[in-house]
Amino acid sequence: MEKANPFLGRDVVSILDFSREDLEYLFKVAEVMERFRRSKIEILKGKVIALAFFEPSTRTRMSFETAAKRLGADVIGFSSVEATSIAKGESFADTIRMLDAYADLIVVRHKFEGAAKFASEIAVNPVVNAGDGKQHHPTQAMLDLYTVKKMFGKIDGLTYAVVGDLRYGRAATSFIYGLTLFNPRKIYLVSPPLLRARPEVVEYLRKKGVPFEEVNALDEVIEEVDVIYVTRIQRERFPDPLEYEKVKGSYRITLDLLSRGKEHLKVLHPLPKVDEIDKRVDNSKYAAYFEQAANGVPVRMALLSLILGAELGKVGADL
Amino acid sequence: MVPISEVIGMASPTLTVSKIRCGTVIDHIPAGRALHVLKVLGITGREGIRIAVLMNVESKKLGHKDIVKIEGKILRPEEVSVIALIAPTATINIIRDFEVVEKRRVEVPNVVEGVIRCPNPTCITNKEREPITARFKRLSKQPLVLQCEYCGTLVSETDVLRLLGNEVSGS
Ligand SMILES: Nc1ncnc2c1ncn2[C@@H]1O[C@H](COP(=O)(O)OP(=O)(O)OP(=O)(O)O)[C@@H](O)[C@H]1O
Ligand SMILES: [Mg+2]
Ligand SMILES: [Zn+2]
Repeated sequence: MEKANPFLGRDVVSILDFSREDLEYLFKVAEVMERFRRSKIEILKGKVIALAFFEPSTRTRMSFETAAKRLGADVIGFSSVEATSIAKGESFADTIRMLDAYADLIVVRHKFEGAAKFASEIAVNPVVNAGDGKQHHPTQAMLDLYTVKKMFGKIDGLTYAVVGDLRYGRAATSFIYGLTLFNPRKIYLVSPPLLRARPEVVEYLRKKGVPFEEVNALDEVIEEVDVIYVTRIQRERFPDPLEYEKVKGSYRITLDLLSRGKEHLKVLHPLPKVDEIDKRVDNSKYAAYFEQAANGVPVRMALLSLILGAELGKVGADL
Repeated sequence: MVPISEVIGMASPTLTVSKIRCGTVIDHIPAGRALHVLKVLGITGREGIRIAVLMNVESKKLGHKDIVKIEGKILRPEEVSVIALIAPTATINIIRDFEVVEKRRVEVPNVVEGVIRCPNPTCITNKEREPITARFKRLSKQPLVLQCEYCGTLVSETDVLRLLGNEVSGS
């Protein structure tokens, strides 16, 4: 049965631009793409994808690049501002206009909140947000939710603890927003008081009637949760280095702590992690973050091919 | 010619201001916010039009209030609705031939654009040299809550006053 592709020609600015049904559609295609993790399929042959990373990134950029290349698309772009004429004073708007003239799709990361939305208003071609300041990181949320779906067979009905830097962390923010598209049993927002989720996020949860609670430490709720989503403290977003020193290391995930939780408990992390998760957790049954990172490629393959209208029938996708 | 005068306030000594033949009177502004109202309307005082600003006048309804009288300029409702951001109690009186011919309440529009900047310093709308203006969605009227359409930041009435205040004193 053929369902209309809800991603065709769309911008991806926020995870909230999409519905649960849209994401389920994406996940189906991502499952198909997993078969091609190690091969090159030519369904985006002739397309050019621009990776405009105004802010440094390793994982997200390489995962987009891998996805684009596995699909047969060509990739242009830059991975730091120094290498571009921005350093010479060119405006963000002008850079986006230029890329829009060259490429069929622009992936953009920028340290200012709202940059991707602004880019999407300027560009004729679709824009995909790969992180705008502390605000959104929708493709991260897509692969995070996909990982939960794969591990538990569902996203609904689970209890989540989102731990760490909820104030400056865009991955955590997008994950929380993403969960509101489903029916979580409860979301615990676990953070030191200085790093609480921003008012607009808390307000949104309230308005949507999502069951949630703000708590200070994970051990208060460890017995209840199914999924722990841990994030790094975003040092670079702290206006004051003294403030950073105060909260650094104020939460830490250890095997001891996890062993008090449910048998099937899983720990996710958007990576890179620093010292918020004890290294011994890496080889335990709890660690889901390496698989999560690997899911970035098939999910982004699915997203890029859907936005650009690739012929998915060719690779055996039955939608 | 003897100017037609009007007595403002109930207490003496009386303060008199010439009557307007044609123009707009913004009445019932919360005391102390008249300059913010002018700021929101983009009126600098350098336009050459005659403006009377009355501050901390006694009011039956508000205790104290400010009034702004603009001569020779009839403001359209769309133009003035944004003053509801900081003066939700205001009434707009249109004066023709010395008489009030129309009286309106103000209401914050669904979208507020180009009036205040975003309080978030790392919002794309605050980036220098970019062709972009701050734009806010109205989430709630009472209490006032706006949300930046670019960075998601919530803005309250206190924030609006602070943002305008900085500009009033900074200009
Ligand atoms: N010709 C004029 N020139 C200057 N100000 C005027 C003129 N006519 C009315 N006003 C002012 O406009 C405001 C509204 O006038 P109006 O006569 O409707 O008063 P009101 O009955 O007290 O109204 P309200 O019920 O809104 O308080 C008052 O502040 C009044 O002083
Ligand atoms: Mg009166
Ligand atoms: Zn903003």
